[in-house]
Amino acid sequence: MSRRDKMISKIKKLMYQPTYIRNIGIVAHIDHGKTTLSDNLLAGAGMISSDLAGDQRFLDFDEQEQARGITIDAANVSMVHSYDDDEYLINLIDTPGHVDFGGDVTRAMRAVDGAVVVVCAVEGIMPQTETVLRQALKENVRPVLFINKVDRLINELKLDSTELQNRFIKVIASANKLIKNMAPKELKDKWQVKVDDGSVAFGSAYHNWAINVPIMQESGINFNDILNYCKNEEQKELAEKVPLTDVLLGMVVEHLPSPDESQAYRVPTIWPGDLESEEGKAMINTDPDGPLAVMITDVSIDKHAGEIATGRVYGGTIEKGTEIFFVGSHGTNRIQQVGVYFGPERVNTDKVPAGNIVAITGARNAVAGETVCNVGRKIKAFEGLEHISEPVVTVAVEAKNTKDLPKLIEVLRQVGKEDPTVKVEINEETGEHLISGMGELHLEIIAYRINEKGVEIETSEPIVVYRETIAGTAGPVEGKSPNKHNKFYIEIEPLEDEIFQAIHDGEIKEGRVKGKEMAAKMIELGLGKDQARKIWNVYRRSLFVNMTRGIQYLDEIKELLMEGFESALDDGPIAREKVVGVKIKLMDAKIHEDAVHRGPAQVLPAIRKAVYGSLMLAEPTLLEPIQKVFINVPQDYMGSSTREIQNRRGQIVNMSQEGDMATVESKVPVAEMFGFAGDIRSAAEGRCLWSTENAGFERLPRELQKIIIREIRDRKGLSPEPYGPDHYIG
Amino acid sequence: MLYFIGLGLYDEKDISVKGLEALKSSDEVYAEFYTAGLFGTSILKFEELLGREVKILTREEVEEEIIPLKEAINQDISFLIAGDPLIATTHTDMMMQAKKRGIKTQVIHSSSILSAAPGISGLQAYKFGKVTTVPFTEENYFPHSPYMAIKNNMEQDSHTLVLLDIRAHENRYMTVNQGLEYLLNVEDQRKEGVITENTLAVAIARAGSPNPLVRADNIGTLMKEDFGGPLHCIIIPSKMHFMEAEYLVAMAGAPEDIIK
Ligand SMILES: Nc1nc2c(ncn2[C@@H]2O[C@H](COP(=O)(O)OP(=O)(O)OP(=O)(O)O)[C@@H](O)[C@H]2O)c(=O)[nH]1
Ligand SMILES: [Mg+2]
Repeated sequence: MSRRDKMISKIKKLMYQPTYIRNIGIVAHIDHGKTTLSDNLLAGAGMISSDLAGDQRFLDFDEQEQARGITIDAANVSMVHSYDDDEYLINLIDTPGHVDFGGDVTRAMRAVDGAVVVVCAVEGIMPQTETVLRQALKENVRPVLFINKVDRLINELKLDSTELQNRFIKVIASANKLIKNMAPKELKDKWQVKVDDGSVAFGSAYHNWAINVPIMQESGINFNDILNYCKNEEQKELAEKVPLTDVLLGMVVEHLPSPDESQAYRVPTIWPGDLESEEGKAMINTDPDGPLAVMITDVSIDKHAGEIATGRVYGGTIEKGTEIFFVGSHGTNRIQQVGVYFGPERVNTDKVPAGNIVAITGARNAVAGETVCNVGRKIKAFEGLEHISEPVVTVAVEAKNTKDLPKLIEVLRQVGKEDPTVKVEINEETGEHLISGMGELHLEIIAYRINEKGVEIETSEPIVVYRETIAGTAGPVEGKSPNKHNKFYIEIEPLEDEIFQAIHDGEIKEGRVKGKEMAAKMIELGLGKDQARKIWNVYRRSLFVNMTRGIQYLDEIKELLMEGFESALDDGPIAREKVVGVKIKLMDAKIHEDAVHRGPAQVLPAIRKAVYGSLMLAEPTLLEPIQKVFINVPQDYMGSSTREIQNRRGQIVNMSQEGDMATVESKVPVAEMFGFAGDIRSAAEGRCLWSTENAGFERLPRELQKIIIREIRDRKGLSPEPYGPDHYIG
Repeated sequence: MLYFIGLGLYDEKDISVKGLEALKSSDEVYAEFYTAGLFGTSILKFEELLGREVKILTREEVEEEIIPLKEAINQDISFLIAGDPLIATTHTDMMMQAKKRGIKTQVIHSSSILSAAPGISGLQAYKFGKVTTVPFTEENYFPHSPYMAIKNNMEQDSHTLVLLDIRAHENRYMTVNQGLEYLLNVEDQRKEGVITENTLAVAIARAGSPNPLVRADNIGTLMKEDFGGPLHCIIIPSKMHFMEAEYLVAMAGAPEDIIK
């Protein structure tokens, strides 16, 4: 048997021993060294040649990833690691750090049980570090910490041993604070990372070494030694003494949970079904013999093999050649192949049991977020995979050649499938389709990929997505049905900030409210008891509350009222942008006794009119998306860099210096950020590192409101001015 | 002047002489058929009979734009409505608006399913309770209230006239079979034993036409029958007077055992 075959058969054996599996994600702020780390781990475990790792960023397979020097798609790999005489199967996902691709991180977190949070020692904890940590903790994924680029602290910032340690303490303290705030209550103490027990490591992914306190004690290497190795350019020697792979994977095996350990506490939070049922028990126990339960976390299209769906098997065993059922879309597919990862490659096998990450070939109906089970053995769907940020930039795309029109539609559908954070609106009539994404880069990449798939397209200038809200209150406002036999009275006010934030952070789930389970949380957030118990719907960071009591037939049209409320918020009255952050209270309703006189044709327009009328009465306001922009430049370029920010309606939030480098933190409207990459490069003559972070929506300045509203309405072919309240409630 | 003129149940000849005269004297004639239709005729026959144009209005044109009312400000308008004008379709709002604007109105009655159905089924009109309508099921809309109305009527020993939804613009007219199926579906969910396969029901089709159909039997049997073209409606009888029961057996083929 060749070494390769031996390795493969090892993986296939370990697959059945969940205690010896670790499913982990590598997460961090952009450029903090995730891919360098993942590469070197693979090389260290002998899965790829060490010449390919590191500098070359082997795992950034894609041409665009190589050209731009960033990760765009999460990459799945696996390796076998020996620890204390036992062998472990490590399934690892290298995730992208750029905010525009944050959706990949959200999805990867559903596939893994633990995360290595990489923090660049120079930059420290950045907003995106916080975001990815939140994404992990929200999924009950346990973190360990790797402080990377320590070589730069020593060689570039010239820190001494005490300064070095102080720096580490600072990073660890802020990481633990975040964990304390964001981890599930019962785990937040247990999951603190600690220097002493080795759940924190320091090192250089690039130079292939790492160390933590237990290894320091074992090897006798202390901080002074490390300083010396680095200063004397002997990091190679250091890497031989304390190899990155051993230290990092040792930490992973020791501190991150195995699938069987983690599923026991994760399944209740990610799967809403009955835990006492056969499938519930199978998942809690990571049982390969129970009913099949797989969550699809990623879909990509392989030129040769077609759709490849990657997912996590939570219960049962997925087998090649069997028929699977998609719980959300009700589709069925026969699986052509199932595979696991061997290093960076997929290798096919006959079946993959619970606790593993599987690659399914031939699952044409798969989309990320889908629940898969066996045909005839339906299970309840997993909780959805909501990505926190929403698309803020849109471009219109058209096929260059008319012959490509049908193909473009097919390709656009594919793109939407591969990346669920992309919103595609297909318009077969005009041939002008809209793609919305997380940012300018996101859309550039998508446009590039469409071209790659053989359709030449033209794209418009990017357009920003706005939101509508209110600054005042109104009501009771009356909405009448067309036949005048039904009337609804509503009051409107801005939603309380605390509640808005809690919905935004996912602490409160959006959706139609079934029971009263939300009431306690709402009361805790300051909502009056009278309202908290009567929430019907949480939608677009807004609430619909039923304040009425004992109105006959209200129950029969409740669903219609919610549908009308939702559709009104989908298309606001100011400029048909989405409405957010309002609280709508139904105060009274007059309902016709006979069912045909209060059907959808009557109720939907009535409630929509009431919502539109009240929005227009309550100081309607347009919001624009904002980004935080972080710039790291040499002192000499600080002036020209801050000017770039100020020219874009930006606000400087914070400035700091360290050595020769200055850090500028600012807030800039997304609408002004187009072309920033090129401009900042010339302003700082290429000597600048920068990153952005979505910072939600803020009120558009008063002087711009009218102009922008007009612009959007023109673009959408609407009348130049929004209708006044009388149009809806006269 | 705004005339609300009833067209009766079936064809162009159900209008009253008084209605015909008012219509002929009007400056414009409008009609709406979105709530009920006349199946024995077409608008062309109407126009022929009258020798003038009849403009058919959509629900939006009646309810939102209120065209007949606007036109009636300084001329005489006839507004034609199937059945009795102010009964099944409630045009009372237009009556009130007219009064507000100082427009004179006159209602010219005609026959309505509300009296025709009890009549041809032999069930006594004063023994009926609340009328209810079964709507076409839609996403997010499956009201139980028709079933509840029947239940409440039963508890009061009252018969129920069950009207069936009409979507004239989609050319959809609910059949007795669809209406009964709806009620059985509600029964499946509520399980209160009001409507079962064994419940007696009366199917009525094409009332007012030369060949109306009245058929009484238990729902299970009726579900298997075809009652022909529209319009249909249903009656769910409650406790019956012996005369009522005998009539249903003799005239509507009801099983003998309903006469106790
Ligand atoms: N000096 C030094 N440079 C490092 C180290 N780790 C990574 N780098 C460099 O940092 C840059 C970014 O590294 P990547 O591995 O691409 O970072 P990443 O986190 O994968 O970036 P994204 O995937 O785009 O978020 C590259 O130029 C690396 O060579 C380190 O330990 N020391
Ligand atoms: Mg990377």
